[in-house]
Amino acid sequence: MKPTSFWAAPILSVLFFGLFVGIWHFSTQQTLGEVTVDPEYAALIGAQAATGGQSAMPGPLDVGAKLWEHIRDPFYDRGTNDKGIGTQLIYSIGRVLIGFALAALVAIPLGFVIGMSPLIYKALDPFIQVLKPISPLAWMPLALYTIKDSNISAVFVIFICSLWPMLVNTAFGVASVRKDWLNVARTLEVSSLRTAFQVILPAAAPTIMTGMRISVGIAWLVIVAAEMLVGGTGIGYFVWNEWNNLSITNIISAILLIGLVGMMLDTMLAQLARAVTYKE
Amino acid sequence: MSLPNPFDPDVKLHRGGCSCGHHRNQAEHDQAHAQDQRQQQDRLVEGAVMRALFPRDAERRRFLKTVGAGTALAAISSIFPLGLAKEVFAETNGPLEKTKLSVGFIPITCATPIIMAHPLGYYSKYGLDVEVVKTAGWAVVRDKSLAKEYDAAHMLSPMPLAITIGAGSNPIPWTMPAVENINGQAITLAMKHKDKRDPADWKGFKFAVPFDYSMHNYLLRYYLAEHGLDPDRDVQIRAVPPPEMVANLRADNIDGFLAPDPVNQRAVYDGVGFIHLLSKEIWDGHPCCAFAASREFVTGMPNTYQALLKAILDATAYARKPENRKEIAAAIAPANYLNQPVTVVEQVLTGTFADGLGNIVRDPDRIDFDPFPYESFAIWILTQMKRWGQIEGDVDYSKVASEVFLATDAARLMKEVGMDTPTDPVMAFSVMGKPFDPSKPEAYVESFPIRRT
Repeated sequence: MKPTSFWAAPILSVLFFGLFVGIWHFSTQQTLGEVTVDPEYAALIGAQAATGGQSAMPGPLDVGAKLWEHIRDPFYDRGTNDKGIGTQLIYSIGRVLIGFALAALVAIPLGFVIGMSPLIYKALDPFIQVLKPISPLAWMPLALYTIKDSNISAVFVIFICSLWPMLVNTAFGVASVRKDWLNVARTLEVSSLRTAFQVILPAAAPTIMTGMRISVGIAWLVIVAAEMLVGGTGIGYFVWNEWNNLSITNIISAILLIGLVGMMLDTMLAQLARAVTYKE
Repeated sequence: MSLPNPFDPDVKLHRGGCSCGHHRNQAEHDQAHAQDQRQQQDRLVEGAVMRALFPRDAERRRFLKTVGAGTALAAISSIFPLGLAKEVFAETNGPLEKTKLSVGFIPITCATPIIMAHPLGYYSKYGLDVEVVKTAGWAVVRDKSLAKEYDAAHMLSPMPLAITIGAGSNPIPWTMPAVENINGQAITLAMKHKDKRDPADWKGFKFAVPFDYSMHNYLLRYYLAEHGLDPDRDVQIRAVPPPEMVANLRADNIDGFLAPDPVNQRAVYDGVGFIHLLSKEIWDGHPCCAFAASREFVTGMPNTYQALLKAILDATAYARKPENRKEIAAAIAPANYLNQPVTVVEQVLTGTFADGLGNIVRDPDRIDFDPFPYESFAIWILTQMKRWGQIEGDVDYSKVASEVFLATDAARLMKEVGMDTPTDPVMAFSVMGKPFDPSKPEAYVESFPIRRT
């Protein structure tokens, strides 16, 4: 096969993007028809409603303008319920990182124990299997009711959703460390603590990192929904607040930024994962 | 308690502990201090009364010794309203127990007094630093209030009743010191039902109301039942948070809703629906949303509670005047509060609005603001809860009503901010022409052919 040029993929990406925006632009473009109602009435309703239609989907130009407006002034503060999109993203990222860190603190040691002891693995397996598939948002009412603090509840939801992939992956990674290496450690009379840190941990690290990467992805997905439920601050609240205003341009801007931040989080963990991979 | 006094030698220097060292933190110290002050005030009043009754010391001592302090107190209370005197004294002098408050609201025009008191400065006028927090839905408002994240909140007027009697949650004594708005709701239908104006044609419709325990739910059920439709069998009624209603109507998920404004007007603005009927045509002067707080807050922080209530009553008085409505609309429309186009809010508040069918309707009573929590409102709400099976068994209608709807407090404070108050907290009214007698709630429930009892 002929090697493709370095620029082929980026050029194709730009082409796809252009095609998408073009289709979007032309499908949402609309010529406002004649105003069919009397001008006094028309002043009371939206521009599209005045011509007998419904307010429509915004085009890419509207969204671009809105996005630029947000990026130009990301940290404004016009009161408790109206803060810049940058501030909202920071709130959300903060919640995700706290919940994720707490989950890592619990999941990795616990996963280690489960992975090293088949007995504990078998004993805990039914619980993990039942708890794992529960949608994290289902925990929300229970969390609000028992924790009695919406902020901690949101962090708890992140905690619970990032817990399982890390736990399962750590246990799997630890359990599948090659027996030869453990045997070598044993013949050299390495203490079990040292074995854990110097043999098992590096050996299982790539699998653990994969779990963490899955977790952070899920956490970022869930935080938006959680904040839409609880409100207050965060990018999810921003989306909800703009839904309230039926402002599709704002919602699309937020969606783009949510995607970008999600990608950033994933890339960061991918870098970390690359640092711990090894060749056998 | 915001800024420490720089000239105070006992001012708290470290985290933990308080200025006198007897309490765990400054807040506890302040609270104990306020209590001490209250006790001292009480003593002062008692002392003044005793001295007025027994000017000679020896005589007073002899009286107290012979009958005992408790009996003396009871005897004096019977001829002199000692408790009232103490209360009156406390009202004028009490320091605020807490100045930084958090009040939750749902972004709808019903909450106008609670919201506008913030940009128009009513809270600061009474020495309070209130943060008004927008909330995603009624269940969240309830949970955050129960969790004490909110000191007080905007609720639907049936909610404090439901919380108190434990319908939909554990029973916790809740109070409703003031009604926010009267009227101001509407039935909106999707554009495609433009020709189906007779409710008899609505079989199979899907309707949305903001919450199960809402005036909207009871009014819609009442309206449908009066037109011969069984709200549980002939149509579907589901709870949808107000902000999501227009989106759902647009997506054809529902055929219509009985909703608070600006949702109705927003549906017209976006060309999605039309206003079929204003709720005032079902019951003119019906209460809708409420200012609600836990009984714990009302009794535990009486001065703060009164200052907060007065700020809201003052704002309500301002909102009553039609000439102020445009200014209020501009103040509460921005993203920090309702997040709606100004014209939508203005049409709701002024009552000059587009109905979605090409007509401009002028009805200055579309929404009004009357804070007085008539106990008969509560009784009517309870009859409807009973009627639709939300509560079962015997209900002590008037007892619950008077415990939750704090009519006496409202009347006193309304006078203080210069509003007219009704003399009787029980008022008879009629809903769709059918008179309601608050003294016979049980008979009223039984009088409906369509009911779940």
